[in-house]
Amino acid sequence: MREIKKEAIIETVKKLFLEANISLPTDIQKALDAAYQSEDNPNAQEMLSLIIENYKLAVEKQVPICQDTGMAVVFVEWGSEVCLIGTSLEEAINEGVRQAYTEGYFRKSVVSDPLRRKNTGDNTPAVIHTKIVAGDKVKITVAPKGFGSENMGALKMFNPTVPVNEIEDFIVSVVSKASANPCPPIVVGVGIGGTMEKAALLAKEALLRDIAKEHPDPFWAEKEKAFLQAINLTGVGAQGVGGRITALACHIEVYPTHIAGLPVAVNLNCHASRHQEAYL
Amino acid sequence: MKRIFLPKGDVTDLVVGEWVLLNGTIYTARDQAHKRMVEEGIPLALEGQAIYYAGPCPAKPGQVSGPIGPTTSMRMDAFTPFLLKNGLKVMLGKGDRSPAVREAIKEYQAVYLVIVGGAGALIADKVKKLAVIAYDDLRSEAIHCLEIEDLPALVAIDSKGRSIFQK
Repeated sequence: MREIKKEAIIETVKKLFLEANISLPTDIQKALDAAYQSEDNPNAQEMLSLIIENYKLAVEKQVPICQDTGMAVVFVEWGSEVCLIGTSLEEAINEGVRQAYTEGYFRKSVVSDPLRRKNTGDNTPAVIHTKIVAGDKVKITVAPKGFGSENMGALKMFNPTVPVNEIEDFIVSVVSKASANPCPPIVVGVGIGGTMEKAALLAKEALLRDIAKEHPDPFWAEKEKAFLQAINLTGVGAQGVGGRITALACHIEVYPTHIAGLPVAVNLNCHASRHQEAYL
Repeated sequence: MKRIFLPKGDVTDLVVGEWVLLNGTIYTARDQAHKRMVEEGIPLALEGQAIYYAGPCPAKPGQVSGPIGPTTSMRMDAFTPFLLKNGLKVMLGKGDRSPAVREAIKEYQAVYLVIVGGAGALIADKVKKLAVIAYDDLRSEAIHCLEIEDLPALVAIDSKGRSIFQK
């Protein structure tokens, strides 16, 4: 058994959240720069130029890109030959979140109860998704999730015989209805298959993929292209002011499903599509 | 871009689709502050004032404000006609408003402008003073008084009720 001390997890989670909230991944930077070049609506162009100026300024001043530093979503792939020493995985991750959000001067946006709404004061707890995998490595991916975009997600349980254009219409309608609220240009994550909760998780995982990478299966890569085109025909545009670029990408993740069903979940990310990962 | 000085500057002749640079004094208020103002009374003289739907990150030492971009305005829609009736003149936020708010903006000759969403660092740079003036216990969601300088904003609903979001 390989041993990992709790401090290593705490430090890694802390470092990843500090970085994720301040530095936009380069794939997203490139996509925003390209969107600015291809946009021809002057109001949307102005919005994109402010968005680009902002992500540069955040790094220069070492402050968050966006004041909504999000709820802390953490994906862990834990090698079954690794033993954690000193605490539980959940405790270690939450300690890393606590330190990052305090030391980084990030906004604490988490309330302890959905109805009684008292702020927890340190942005914990995180939302943690753990997968046990083979081997002696640990992979941690962090994705701070702002709620302007999170609020605009949707899920629908389709009939298994539904034509694919109805799925496309559903995805496009989610984006259309969301309009400016999720801070377009957005990234659209789609989860198809599994069960209700599996589809929602797939949609979130779809947001973690490098923006320029298409689905490895050509069938789904083609669907991603078609859906993105339909999304950009809505004319929502950057910040909802109109234009050609509503989404930077549409990523789909799929899973086997039941003979009677076809779950489809849509999770939107704002233009500050933040995620960072590390291996231990 | 035309400079507007708040709260004194005339906003009734601003036209939908026009970019302006906002200067002067504005107040922040989000969900919980709106709920309280409606339930418990308004803790500031609202006549002619501007409300910005935002809650900042804490400021780092040596900085005036942490990142402070707009939040989704629609969540404040239910409370907005009440505030407009009580003298609110300018609203700053992100995204479309309800038909009821659009009507109320027309009725009270107010204006709604959008600030670029997700650009908190850039907007913080335009904040020259920041102080909490009410609901301290709400932390980031408290009502803050801000002094701003040349904050870019796009007129999204003008005093005639015309909206940039209506296609």
